[in-house]
Amino acid sequence: MTSESLIEVNNLSFSYDTRPILNGVNMRMQRGQVVAIMGGSGSGKTTLLRLISGAIQPTSGHVKFAGEVVHELSRDALFRLRRKMGMLFQFGALFTDLSVYDNVAFQMREHTNLPESMIRDLVLMKLHAVGLRGAHHLMPNELSGGMARRVALARSIALDPMLIMYDEPFTGLDPISLSVIGNLIRRLTDALGMTSIVVTHDVQESLKIVDYVYFIADGVIAAHGTPKEVRESVAPFVHQFVHGEEDGPVPFHYPAQSYEKDLELEDCRV
Amino acid sequence: MFRHALSAIQNIGHRVIEGMWRLGHASRFFILVLLKSGTSLRRFGLVIRELYFTGVLSLIIIVVSGLFVGMVLGLQGYETLQKYGSESAVGTLVALSLVRELGPVVAALLFASRAGSAITAEIGLMKATEQLAAMGMMAVDPVSRVVAPRFWSGVISMPLLAAIFSVMGVYGGYLVTVVFIGVDEGTYWSQMQSAVDFRFDILNGFIKSCFFGVAVTAIAVFEGYDAPPTAEGVSGATTRTVVSSSLVILGLDFILTAFMFRGVS
Repeated sequence: MTSESLIEVNNLSFSYDTRPILNGVNMRMQRGQVVAIMGGSGSGKTTLLRLISGAIQPTSGHVKFAGEVVHELSRDALFRLRRKMGMLFQFGALFTDLSVYDNVAFQMREHTNLPESMIRDLVLMKLHAVGLRGAHHLMPNELSGGMARRVALARSIALDPMLIMYDEPFTGLDPISLSVIGNLIRRLTDALGMTSIVVTHDVQESLKIVDYVYFIADGVIAAHGTPKEVRESVAPFVHQFVHGEEDGPVPFHYPAQSYEKDLELEDCRV
Repeated sequence: MFRHALSAIQNIGHRVIEGMWRLGHASRFFILVLLKSGTSLRRFGLVIRELYFTGVLSLIIIVVSGLFVGMVLGLQGYETLQKYGSESAVGTLVALSLVRELGPVVAALLFASRAGSAITAEIGLMKATEQLAAMGMMAVDPVSRVVAPRFWSGVISMPLLAAIFSVMGVYGGYLVTVVFIGVDEGTYWSQMQSAVDFRFDILNGFIKSCFFGVAVTAIAVFEGYDAPPTAEGVSGATTRTVVSSSLVILGLDFILTAFMFRGVS
């Protein structure tokens, strides 16, 4: 398995000032896999993506991508490595001053010397893959949320990366757009032979398309397994998360002193 | 009482340290922009595109303001000079006031309000909507690709806009004093021609506007890049750009004037 791993996360820890976010996280992601990272809000999922992409430095441990330790690279080497990565941000992060066409062509123009005629063909092929070839002339403010994310997806596969990271790709989408994005993630991963990491809250949609799931809670990997294992898991955290239960290992109430004490009812007891 | 005084002193100390830290941070960012300006020079099209937004779109406010400032100068100058029988010197007064001071300073203040605030808001919003982060993830340096072209477009625009402001002011003065009041046209232009020196007046005014261009645009790009990625953060950064730029322009103007025109009659 290790020889096939595209990404190895080894004993990774990260803190914001003195607040620990991740504590000794270990993961393996193979080529061609779609891996979901799930967990509650603020559990460190997006931080993990930022660590994998080298945007922030870990407190300890390391991330290996294609055999290279991301955090030991110089800035130029990191930028070279990032040409092999793509990232889909939560709301697309399209360049608002560029058209759909120019957004997708952006990386090709920045990193290659391809003639404009070839860039045109490639852009239209990428947009065709996400079903938006006919929208190439539109500006980002003319797109719906789902369309913007599909354009961002086309942009992130512009240079055929080895890895794409998706930060909450299903947030705020209607059921049709949600299904379209989910299927596109699976299809493009298979067609391009790349690895996809999906950070998401959407359990049902993501379990349909992923090969493996990691749950993060309190800064550690609380559970992991295949979608089948996750659905059948009796581990309290996984069960609560997958079935959306209100109370459990993640409590409904924020820690507080006793209710009676807050309402000053202790002395009124008969 | 003692505790309040101590708290106030601590507060002042904290603010001074924070201000110095921010100044250092801004200086480092300025040097970084200069070091990463290679892309702007190699792909000058990026700068030209920004020149349209910072320079060309500022033309209207510069032209109209220059015209009115010149008209007011002409009117006030004529009213004062005629008391001493020196109304023929009104052309000189208008030209020297504009070329030495009002052209660079007022054009820079207008530029800070019009283009500086726009640059800050644009970069700040790009940051808030993760466009800069997306660019970094695509292995494209946002400082080279977004910040440096905007910086250089501001530096190039500012002296040109100041020159246009001065020219429009001179014509505004001409309109009021020569066309409306009836000062002799030949006197207006010839007095101006003999009194305005290329080295001391026009060149120094040009140098001033270059300094202002660097200062305003450096503040604008820094505030935008450093803005907290929220609506409130971008709004605060935009306000800071206009306030800081205005104060820096006026302070710099005094320093530059003291160096340039000391001992010049």
